[in-house]
Amino acid sequence: MITGQPIDRRDGRQKVTGAATYAAEFAIPATVHAVLVQSTIAAGQIAGFDLAVAQGMPGVLAIITPDNAPKLSTKGGVPQAITQPALQDLEVIYNGQHVAIVVAETLERAQAAAAAVKLRYTEGEAQTTMEGALDQAYVPKNFRNGQRKPDSSRGDPAGSFAAAPVRIRATYTTPNEHHNPMEPHATIAAWDGDRLTVWTSTQGISGAQATLAGMFGIEKANVRVICPFVGGGFGSKGSTWPPATLAAMAARVVKRPVKLVLSRAQMFTSNGFRPMTVQKIAIGVANDGTLLSVRHDGISQMSMPKLGEFVEPVALATEMLYACPNLAVTHRLVGVNQGLPTYMRAPGEAPGVFAIESAMDEVAVALKMDPIVLRLKNYAETDPHENLPFSSKRLRECYEQGAAEFGWARRTLEPRSMRDGDWLVGMGMATSTYPTNQSPASARIRLMANGNVVVQSGTQDLGTGTYTVMAQLAADEFGLPIERVRVELGDSRLPSAPVSGGSQTVASVGSAVLAACKLARDHAIAMAISDAGDRWAGAKPADFHLENGAVVGPPGRMTLGEMMARRNVESVDVQGDAKPPGKDDKTHSLHAFGAQFAEVRVDSLTGEIRVSRLVGVFDGGRVLNAKTAHSQLIGGMTFGVGMALLEETLVDEATGRIVNANISEYVVPVNADIPVITAKLLEADDRVANPVGAKGLGELPMVGMAAAIANAVFHATGIRVRDLPIRLDDMLA
Amino acid sequence: MEGFTLAQPRSLDDALAAGPQAGAKYIAGGTDLMQLAKDNVETPHHLIDIEGLLPDTISTATDGSLQLGALARMVEVATHADVRSSWPALSEALLLSASPQIRNMGTVGGNLLQRTRCGYFRDVGFSCNKRSPGSGCPAIPGESRGLGVLGVSDHCIATHPSDMPVALMAMDASLQLVSPGGGTRLVPFAEFYRLPGSTPEIETNLLPGELIVAVVVPRSASARRSRYVKVRDRASFEFAVVSAAVALEVTDGTVRNVRIAMGGVAPRPWRLSQVEAALQGRPATPESFQEAASLAGEGAVTTKDNAFKVKLMERAILRGLQLASA
Repeated sequence: MITGQPIDRRDGRQKVTGAATYAAEFAIPATVHAVLVQSTIAAGQIAGFDLAVAQGMPGVLAIITPDNAPKLSTKGGVPQAITQPALQDLEVIYNGQHVAIVVAETLERAQAAAAAVKLRYTEGEAQTTMEGALDQAYVPKNFRNGQRKPDSSRGDPAGSFAAAPVRIRATYTTPNEHHNPMEPHATIAAWDGDRLTVWTSTQGISGAQATLAGMFGIEKANVRVICPFVGGGFGSKGSTWPPATLAAMAARVVKRPVKLVLSRAQMFTSNGFRPMTVQKIAIGVANDGTLLSVRHDGISQMSMPKLGEFVEPVALATEMLYACPNLAVTHRLVGVNQGLPTYMRAPGEAPGVFAIESAMDEVAVALKMDPIVLRLKNYAETDPHENLPFSSKRLRECYEQGAAEFGWARRTLEPRSMRDGDWLVGMGMATSTYPTNQSPASARIRLMANGNVVVQSGTQDLGTGTYTVMAQLAADEFGLPIERVRVELGDSRLPSAPVSGGSQTVASVGSAVLAACKLARDHAIAMAISDAGDRWAGAKPADFHLENGAVVGPPGRMTLGEMMARRNVESVDVQGDAKPPGKDDKTHSLHAFGAQFAEVRVDSLTGEIRVSRLVGVFDGGRVLNAKTAHSQLIGGMTFGVGMALLEETLVDEATGRIVNANISEYVVPVNADIPVITAKLLEADDRVANPVGAKGLGELPMVGMAAAIANAVFHATGIRVRDLPIRLDDMLA
Repeated sequence: MEGFTLAQPRSLDDALAAGPQAGAKYIAGGTDLMQLAKDNVETPHHLIDIEGLLPDTISTATDGSLQLGALARMVEVATHADVRSSWPALSEALLLSASPQIRNMGTVGGNLLQRTRCGYFRDVGFSCNKRSPGSGCPAIPGESRGLGVLGVSDHCIATHPSDMPVALMAMDASLQLVSPGGGTRLVPFAEFYRLPGSTPEIETNLLPGELIVAVVVPRSASARRSRYVKVRDRASFEFAVVSAAVALEVTDGTVRNVRIAMGGVAPRPWRLSQVEAALQGRPATPESFQEAASLAGEGAVTTKDNAFKVKLMERAILRGLQLASA
């Protein structure tokens, strides 16, 4: 088996040598440069533009403002992030909103002219922060695209809470956070009549294609989206954001190919962020640790409704995490004059599990109970929300193996009871879970006359290893060494695939690849049987297999080359499709699980917090490539360290403007912050979940990490911090 | 970024002659200036490259003092054997600064003149009295966790971001300057930076076109036992939340000489003379350290976000005293 092997990612060499061509690096002849101008007020109207200076600067080709911007259409119901297309009116609803595009011959000239564009505003009243408007929280209108309800309950949560002998009530808050992938958003757009080609960095070429076609009122087939490599997305490139559209708009206006690359600062206001949350949790528990009542009320920050809707679904994991008969969750939004939030690695689960798993730790402390024992006491054998069995759930093994690996037994129960010189040492743990998602996807297998195989799908590789694992799957299906399998993706001309979000690419695209492989194999076998005449008369297809470019039968073999020569073709192309069961056909609840363990050290004088050990053990289903899977795990756990201790987007209340829109002041972990991480996957294969057997690894390893660290900080210091990030300020009390 | 000319003068005299013209800026390593120019915070029209025109050497004078050329790279100073043994806090401060790449490019002179990291100063979308005098300071009521609590004014609460100057402040260093006429002067380090008052845009007492030639650091028993404590959220590559340079001479268990300077709390490296006075002649014990350190926040003016720095200063000083007396 090649699948599962820890082989190097196939595009690794290209990436480290600079040979991989990212969106902004395509050399399109006659390309000119666009730079976006953004608002400096949070609410009001643009009273006018002073463009004389900018227009007179050298190399300036066009300045596009709402006064002269081509009209964009939303008639097609396009799947863009922001429902209101940019530059269509003079209203400003957040600081950093795109208000103009400057196009010039060179990037430097476009930047200089963009800085010279002056706006006059009539300022309006702005509500810039969520804290001041919590009393105006409203019910989401389109929660999970109508697939789920924002509120749910079971049993009698209020009555059981009132009657519970031990009750915990606490409010947890998480800040706005930004994705900050290494590669910024970048688009090159080129028109040929009514046909548009864009080279863009996106997690969803199919969504980009549909959005651009809809906006410009052209056929989808007339939009080609090319994206062979993505330098990280983490959700910020999941939807199609205004910069891609504006690049295409600018290209249409100047009738030249236009390149638009966001600056790092613009990445804070152009493509969403994880919204701030305020989460109230109430848990009632019996003295033996049995959960009697759980309530989780989540509020997340929204922009103005005009831009659409995004909810951080913080309490969805709470619904299914523990076997508690009485439970209620709610989701609410507060609209403020900031940009539209969006998906960021484990949207909902990352902040939500921080809250519920911190609260579970508080319960354990109140009961003087081991936190793992408390979780096992309330272990959900089946999904208590959906009332379905899990396709697989081996969380118990995750706890056991994680505890053993981490040395949990050495932990003393009392907070502030472990010390190493000046350092207070703490150990904490938390549960991780993430739903296993799958969307309809298609893939094409091209069997070549020389026996090689090409796998084609209109998916994209975010850097997670899609090129590599799809080749591994196909190689096994055809009995080929991996060198003889080529994977083509990142082009909207290829069979359609969904957005690479929700950790669903392996389950979705992998299932389509397997389906296409099976059809291609069947097709080749049928050709061989038909070509063989008497030799294989009466043989059953099941008696054949493919190996090294030949159909092998009982007995003998026939090469694909022979068959194609007879037909005078160079390849045989077969498309396969895969989709998850419909809502009513669902027989199982699909989730991945994990157990996160953290050891932290808090400087007893300065309050500095450092993570000294991390262990994560995950039940993520089948592993397609042990190496890229491990990279996902350590990357996700590192992301969780950032969430726990460092990341926070600061918004100036008076102006609604972000104060740390850069990566020197918006700090993420550096190597020195990250200790040795032990990350393990249980050996598993969940074919009930999907044909690949994988449960998704992109987001799972981030979930629970912030809670594990917060719980470890409490264990080290006796200080419970319910507001992320946890910083030394909190430790000085 | 706006367009600019780049001059590479052949001599120091030529550079000095060009220095005072309107819109001119000297450039050495460029690690800060280029960032500021790209963000339109600085809009130099003429850059004058001073590479090769000023000393980049590290040497000791006959009186034993350390002479750091203005163009000496941060990494060279940090790893210099003499610096490590006789001025350890200086080496530590530099090694805890920035990243290896920046330490390879950044110079001593440039590090002294690094501009504040205040997010309001570094974004032209905000008002800022330092960048645009008289436009107001939104940082004071705004996001001010990283900003100053000592020596601040109603006009500006920005902090000086560099580490090295904090160590130099605890070592009674002085600066050798040269002005466009060719005249040189020696300025005590403590008199080099200005407080913001109502003119936060003027940060030093450098005259128009004047250049830093070298830093002179006297050799002393306290410098030899100096330590630098940098407190920050991230383990590396981050500016200090609070830092402390402590130079300490203890004889027979008694504090003979002590210098304490702090970073991250004021518009310039901040000497804590009241803490020093409370230690002078006292036994070098945890009790006297604690008592003296508790005076650190005297006169502090805090905001909702940075009030914790008063306690943190005390803790950083304590750690510095523990390390220096160990």
